[in-house]
Amino acid sequence: MKRVYAEEKWCIGCHLCEYNCAFANSGESDMAKALKNKPVFPRITVEEDNKITYALSCRHCDDPICVKSCISGALSVQNGVIRIDKDKCIGCLTCILVCPYGAVSQGKNGVVQKCELCLENSCGEPACVKGCPNRALVYEERGDDK
Amino acid sequence: MKSYVIIGNGVAAAGCIEGIRNTDKVSKITVISAEEHPVYSRPLISYYLEGKTTLENMNYRSESFYKDNKCDVIYGRKAVSINDKSKSITLDDETTVAYDSLCMATGSSPFVPPFDGLDRVENKFCFMTIDDTLSLEKALTKDSRVLIVGAGLIGLKCAEGILGRVAKITVCDLANRVLSSILDEECALVMQKHLEKHNIEFVLGDTAVRFDKNTAEMKSGRNIDFDILVLAVGVRANTELFKNLGGDTNRGILINDSMETSVPYIYAAGDCTEGNDISLGDKRVLAILPNAYMQGYCAGQNMAGEKAEFGNAIPMNSIGFFGLHAMTAGSYFDESSGGELFEEKTDNGIKRLYTKDGLLTGYILIGDVARAGIYTSLIREKTPLESINIDKLYKNPSFAMFFSEIRRKKLGGVI
Repeated sequence: MKRVYAEEKWCIGCHLCEYNCAFANSGESDMAKALKNKPVFPRITVEEDNKITYALSCRHCDDPICVKSCISGALSVQNGVIRIDKDKCIGCLTCILVCPYGAVSQGKNGVVQKCELCLENSCGEPACVKGCPNRALVYEERGDDK
Repeated sequence: MKSYVIIGNGVAAAGCIEGIRNTDKVSKITVISAEEHPVYSRPLISYYLEGKTTLENMNYRSESFYKDNKCDVIYGRKAVSINDKSKSITLDDETTVAYDSLCMATGSSPFVPPFDGLDRVENKFCFMTIDDTLSLEKALTKDSRVLIVGAGLIGLKCAEGILGRVAKITVCDLANRVLSSILDEECALVMQKHLEKHNIEFVLGDTAVRFDKNTAEMKSGRNIDFDILVLAVGVRANTELFKNLGGDTNRGILINDSMETSVPYIYAAGDCTEGNDISLGDKRVLAILPNAYMQGYCAGQNMAGEKAEFGNAIPMNSIGFFGLHAMTAGSYFDESSGGELFEEKTDNGIKRLYTKDGLLTGYILIGDVARAGIYTSLIREKTPLESINIDKLYKNPSFAMFFSEIRRKKLGGVI
């Protein structure tokens, strides 16, 4: 399965991936309208370690503890992608309690959000990768899936 | 072809079914369900009363779950005895069910102390099941004065769930603080103050000694009048059935990391069990939903002949009230038992990280709980603190605490 991977050595810490993510998932057609003067809810986080930066989003684990721990059954695995059913989620945040990557966050309205690889939104492929100016994010297959 | 039987139909049972079907796609699975409902998520009952979910959305799995997994569910029947020699279970209608391997997923029941006069209280409820919830809901009116006995997770979630539907809520507890099973006094006070802002009244360090219809007479001599009484003192693991056949129990059915009990071919999972807590280095009842699922899944795998272990269980809770979240995990060792505490307070929160013997053993986070799972993972994986940057660990949960080589490995492949 294709996943999003970060290349630390190419990341310049511009945070564009966060904005592209928030925009792609906003439901708006205009970036300024979607993001300007509004709280932004990206599903990818740029972390900094001294001068090193890298982006981190859901790893779509083969054996996802978030799905196993979800108390409402809102998280599920569909064709390898970990999806969130926002109607079922009640915002207990148990997934945030258990995700070893810190890749689930609270979104608008209190329910959680996470990377779903932009498969259902208007972008159709990971917006973070598409908009990365230095190819520090790649969307590719690595290793063997179960 | 084997015959699998699961006693219980909660989340541990759902995990067990999925664990069995990971390898064995054909053998028969029989589920004995005392409740007349397909598997649902019990912690959602307060969210239902609050209007945040529906009865339909409380279903833990899809409508076709049992059919898809080729399960027979016997609804409304209780198992009354197990014969481990003939490997059969007798139900309360005197029918028997034979098993090759069995999973005890019997859960827990509310503990109701023998209060004097309780039988004369008309509107009294426990808060565990959908049926409890629907009965409570029927009794609620906008004029109701509600007394909740027990300021633990169940009692307080109940209070939050019904707050908008009643006139007054009082919560009492013999303990001197709220959420005493997971929070120390200082942290508990933060949560208590927040709940008090929402007009929930607390009577702590005090308990009802007797009831007279609509009045609770407290140990302190004070009387509390109420229209509705909710009993949320605590829960007890349902171990009787297993105990009666001579199986080893303590506060729960004793299990090892493979979910095996002391009786061959009988496994156990979920709230009825007492298993290893790796943060404590001892056995403990870990009655939380994620563990119920993971234990059930592991039991199911082993029942179907796999060699699975669930060897890193810890207590962990995420609980929020009116937008303020608290997360706790692991065990807290004080100085006298060799522990060390890192603490940071902000205007609206507390962070406490407990370390011992070069490991993170537990934490309490109130307010800012973002990415707490990174901490949880360090406890579960027993990550040596010498292999990470401590200052960054204390700062906030992020991958910056890992040295770059480890980080690249963690983030670079398929997990």
